[in-house]
Amino acid sequence: MSQGRRRRINVENVGDVAVVTFIDKRILDEQNIQVIGEQLFALVKEEGRKKILLNFDAVEYLSSAALGKLITMNKNVKEVKGQLKLCSIRPEIYEVFEITKLNKVFQIYDDQEQALNDFK
Amino acid sequence: MDRPEYLSSVRIPSKPSVASKFIEELVESLKQSQYSSRVIFGIRLAVEEALVNAVRHGNDCKEDLEVDIRYTVGDDEFVIEVKDQGPGFNPDDVPDPTAPENLERPCGRGILLMRTYMTDCQFVPPGNVCQMRRIRE
Repeated sequence: MSQGRRRRINVENVGDVAVVTFIDKRILDEQNIQVIGEQLFALVKEEGRKKILLNFDAVEYLSSAALGKLITMNKNVKEVKGQLKLCSIRPEIYEVFEITKLNKVFQIYDDQEQALNDFK
Repeated sequence: MDRPEYLSSVRIPSKPSVASKFIEELVESLKQSQYSSRVIFGIRLAVEEALVNAVRHGNDCKEDLEVDIRYTVGDDEFVIEVKDQGPGFNPDDVPDPTAPENLERPCGRGILLMRTYMTDCQFVPPGNVCQMRRIRE
């Protein structure tokens, strides 16, 4: 397994929700973003998960390429009539969502507990 | 934008890992010059986007093509110029990523972020040179 194919996300099951945390503090590097995207998409397309929560607690930076992967992930989840939620985004990064108006596209919660309570 | 004075320059191949290394060194320099973490956040994001544009879109990820970077971490402001060897582009042709019909497009947000986080951001025709400035605050 090449370095680029290392696991870049951790997945914990909370009930029927897959709670994803990110290993990288900075989701900037193109190659990492590609791998993160593949590992996120695999949750839906290979593992059949329909309820996914992305916890950004550990993430300090996010580039526009990473935002692109999140948008594609959102489409993948919608295609299987699933739910994707985001939580624990630090203020500097939330500002990026506001600037790009992606805070209107994603369901974003202050913390994991709030997000988990809102899954149907 | 006034003609800036660039005190440092570096030429890198069109390789994302080399671009990332440059950004880490730049961030360290900004920290040493005691730029605020908020300003550094914005500069990092903007420079990252500029370099991704240069490497991926400008030079088409061809490692034999290079990116010229000139910059100054000044007392009052940070200035940078990123030049790729591609044909350039017209930034006005990039659709507004915040328009409702474009919100769910997976790309096209880099220039918006660069313009938002930097005090000035301009592309010199034919569009393969990006010049940015961030006042220190």
